[in-house]
Amino acid sequence: MGLLLDSHRRRALARLLLRLNTPLCVVSYVAGVVWFLALAFSPLTQNTYISENAMGSTMVEEQFEGGEHALSYARDFIAQRRKTGNLPVAWLERTMRSVGLEVYSQSFSRTLPFPDETHERYMVSGTNVYGILRAPRAASTESLVLIVPSSPGTLNAQAVGLLLSLAAYFRSQIYWAKDIIFLVTEHDLLGTEAWLEAYHDVNITGMQSSALRGRAGAIQAAVALELNSDVVTSLDVAVEGLNGQLPNLDLLNLFHAFCQKEALLCTLQGKLQHSDWASLGGSLHGLQTLMLMVLRQASGRPHGPHGLFLRYHVEAITLRGINSFRQYKYDMTAVGKTLEGMFRKLNNLLERLHQSYFFYLLPSLSRFVSIGLYMPAIGFLLFIPGLKALELWVKLNKVDFSPEEQLGPLQLVGQDVRGVALTPLVAPVLISQATGLALYLLPVMGQHVAAQHFPVAEAEAVVLTLLAIYVAGLALPHSTHRVVSSTPRGPDSGWMALKLLALLYLALQLGCISLFNFSLGFLLAVTMVPAAALTQPSGPRLLYAVLLVLVSPGATLLGSLFLWRELQEAPLTLAEGWQLFLGALAQGVLDHHLYGALLFPLLSLGLYPCWLLFWNVLFWK
Amino acid sequence: VAMAAPLVLHLLLALLLGSGGRSGAEPERDSLREELVLTPLPSGDVSATFQFRTRWDSELQLEGGTNHHFLRYAVLPREVVCTENLTPWKKLLPCSSKAGLSVLLKAERLFHTSYHSQAVHIRPVCRDAHCVSVSWELRQTLTVVFDAFTTGQGKKDWSLFRMFSRTITEACPLASQSHIYVDISRNSQENETLEVSPPPTSTYQAVVLGDRRTYAVYDLLNPATFSGSRSLNLQLRWKQFQDIGSQLVPFLHAQRYVSGYGLQKGELSTVLHNTHPYRAFPVLLLETVPWYLRLYVHTLAITTKGKENKPSYIHYQPAQDRLRPHLLEMLIQLPANSVTKVSIQFERALLKWTEYTPDPNHGFYVSPSVLSALVPNLVGAKPANWEESPLFSTMFPVSDSSSYFVRLYTEPLLVNLPTPDFSMPYNVICLTCTVVAVCYGSFYNLLTRTFHLEEPKRSRLVRWLANIIRRIRGVPPV
Repeated sequence: MGLLLDSHRRRALARLLLRLNTPLCVVSYVAGVVWFLALAFSPLTQNTYISENAMGSTMVEEQFEGGEHALSYARDFIAQRRKTGNLPVAWLERTMRSVGLEVYSQSFSRTLPFPDETHERYMVSGTNVYGILRAPRAASTESLVLIVPSSPGTLNAQAVGLLLSLAAYFRSQIYWAKDIIFLVTEHDLLGTEAWLEAYHDVNITGMQSSALRGRAGAIQAAVALELNSDVVTSLDVAVEGLNGQLPNLDLLNLFHAFCQKEALLCTLQGKLQHSDWASLGGSLHGLQTLMLMVLRQASGRPHGPHGLFLRYHVEAITLRGINSFRQYKYDMTAVGKTLEGMFRKLNNLLERLHQSYFFYLLPSLSRFVSIGLYMPAIGFLLFIPGLKALELWVKLNKVDFSPEEQLGPLQLVGQDVRGVALTPLVAPVLISQATGLALYLLPVMGQHVAAQHFPVAEAEAVVLTLLAIYVAGLALPHSTHRVVSSTPRGPDSGWMALKLLALLYLALQLGCISLFNFSLGFLLAVTMVPAAALTQPSGPRLLYAVLLVLVSPGATLLGSLFLWRELQEAPLTLAEGWQLFLGALAQGVLDHHLYGALLFPLLSLGLYPCWLLFWNVLFWK
Repeated sequence: VAMAAPLVLHLLLALLLGSGGRSGAEPERDSLREELVLTPLPSGDVSATFQFRTRWDSELQLEGGTNHHFLRYAVLPREVVCTENLTPWKKLLPCSSKAGLSVLLKAERLFHTSYHSQAVHIRPVCRDAHCVSVSWELRQTLTVVFDAFTTGQGKKDWSLFRMFSRTITEACPLASQSHIYVDISRNSQENETLEVSPPPTSTYQAVVLGDRRTYAVYDLLNPATFSGSRSLNLQLRWKQFQDIGSQLVPFLHAQRYVSGYGLQKGELSTVLHNTHPYRAFPVLLLETVPWYLRLYVHTLAITTKGKENKPSYIHYQPAQDRLRPHLLEMLIQLPANSVTKVSIQFERALLKWTEYTPDPNHGFYVSPSVLSALVPNLVGAKPANWEESPLFSTMFPVSDSSSYFVRLYTEPLLVNLPTPDFSMPYNVICLTCTVVAVCYGSFYNLLTRTFHLEEPKRSRLVRWLANIIRRIRGVPPV
């Protein structure tokens, strides 16, 4: 602090800052990116381990033998489903009751804000069926959930069959200490959301549903199951939930432990673990998996029904049976044994899962990166806007650089400095925010007007309005300048002040985002920060403009889609990519309205206006 | 229904202490009545209720009726069932587990059931009309439900041996009465669905839970009961079993849950169902909520069929931190065929870090609400003479011909409180102390200081010297 109080040293420091600013920024950016890429390599990743003592040793022997039963239930389910045309509620209730569960059903309906074209639904109504296995001699204070989503597109008939078969088997055991809820939901996530809201007796998303009559206390953990074939070659696990929330790492470790015990092939992001972790190939493979996870987590979408449980502090994962062309197949019994093992372990829990990590990145199922190790990556990146802002601040405070000898020792400190004029900034900031607000509100509110006046459907209207407002934002600098009077304080102070403000705003937002969703924060930082740092209304403006457009949130989304498919080794053509992009926009808006995903409001109300500020800086006159 | 019922192990002790003290006189001989009631449930499960009642005379005098200041109510919502509960309970029995009905109390089988409820009741009983002298009554009850799915391996036929892996050979020699009752009400005149063997010597009719029931009676003190063989192995066999899909719902039932999410606020909801087709009745609802759930009493909402239901009586005693829980007692009228929801919002308190239990992430228990009600009967019943009727008829005492008394306990709740990461306090303390020590003072200094330009003051001598030097250098003097 003495350093800052002493005016001489302060001046020296400021000079140093100005001189070293650009190299420091470059170094910091490179360090951030390199750090992130290095996360998949061995010193930064650790082997996973189960922290929860109650689930520690794998002593039990799984005795589930109902694989054939599961398949016959599945065949019945398909037949009944064909007969009734939607979820065979009566059949499910009857079957669940016959295996000895306490059965309830819940009907729900929801009118979507606009038609969902990917799932082809608009006015949705359905029924969830669930059966509760009451733990003997216990007071129904805690429960576990096994959930199978069944919707017209993906029936998950085998999963329903396995659920019933497991229920029958579990029912005849006496070791349960927690109730187990066997839940079959309709319309995948919508049904899950309706059930969860009714279970916790809240209404967050405007879902209309009947009240639940049967409850089983506080849900401790949930496993969602999706199976669509009689045999599987591998099980894929999904962890990313709503808004990038992750379940406790112990739940994943538990699954991994049983994968190893039952000698199942288990994948993460559809990727098998590389056999040799220490080799370069293994690490690169891990990096690929890690990048896929980052992209999925950044999207903030629930990747499976488990994603909605996380809001209620219920640890949950989704298991998907994959049937590919591999030679060795596993039958339902093997999958059932895995689930039996997991449920028996979860049944042993004395407390909620809390011992292990809630924030982590996974380069493979058996290795993880903890929060302490990945946060520096974004720290390096967020250092750049900070440095740039400091530089601008120093410059703004002594715009006319007189020869340094002339400056009195104290002159720099703040007597006769020009300071920052804030009034000219009001207009651009307000207008940018207003555009953001329009981007957030207008597409859904104005869909009917748009559909009346243009030959488009409602869903298209929403996406096109979204794009139109987004692009219209680019024309803003011209209009804002009409409002802004000429600044009296010198030619450069105007844009410098605006850029200073925009940089701070950006750093603040990215910092906050990265706290709860590192992936999103990092993805936005790695794209926006360099462009934001470079932007100025002089020099190669066209180049800056192109760069800035390329890193705008919308373009980042488009780029992420291409990167995602590239990493999945299923590259997109340009036209496909564009279609996927339009679909993703609609889904993003829908996710916000249906499940309360935060990505859309975050981008439209926070980052897009911020980006517009930089655009304003670029075209400052 | 029995499966869903929560197990609440209660020790409800209403002890009235008079001037007391033991007198030297020899107490009268204890009298014991033992009784087992077997009730086949609609689902194919079977419930078995043991009751043992011991009475002994004492010289304790009752003074001026019940003093309500000595009435205490305590609940331990967390107690789990284990064999450790059973052994001391069994030791209180006069015949221990050596003879009589208590032979059946084999822990291995009793803890293989789906429901278990065990109780000890102690109360003074007046010996004469003026209540000059009292007897003490110790009543021990044990109810278990054998589950057709787990204990019966799917079979719905039961026998004593199948349930308890024991049979009865004799009554307890100390017992003045020893009976086994089997509920055979589902046998109608024309249609015999349930067969009991050996055939009972007599039957008994009673009104239980508002419904007329028929019981087959086996008197163990009667040698004829054991006439065929040396031991009695009662068997229940279904001739035609129809699983009633929607099981018979009692007129009054309730559930309780915590709603909301997050660790700041929540809501306690109790849902009361009155399924009686045409009669409304009042219910006394008693809630005790621990102090660390801070209730917002103004949010108390009682709604029936979408309308506000005003309770006719409310007694609320607010909690005191670390001393006393909230006590909320209400008299609510339940309209016929209705669902009433009683909800109240709360805020989760942050405990001192030493106040957390060793397993704080398990959550904290909130005791069940207690519902007391006079539930209307379906059939008329006349209040029986309790001394002569079987023990089980006092479980749901009939107060007058039109209703019976029932007390229900809802399920206990598990509520998560905001829990610190207990490995962190040390780190946090170190870090914050360092940050405060190093940064705060200097930042505060820097932020609050104002800077002024000041002419450098030099003494004359210094200026004179400086000017001499300047002159030598050829620079104009200051």
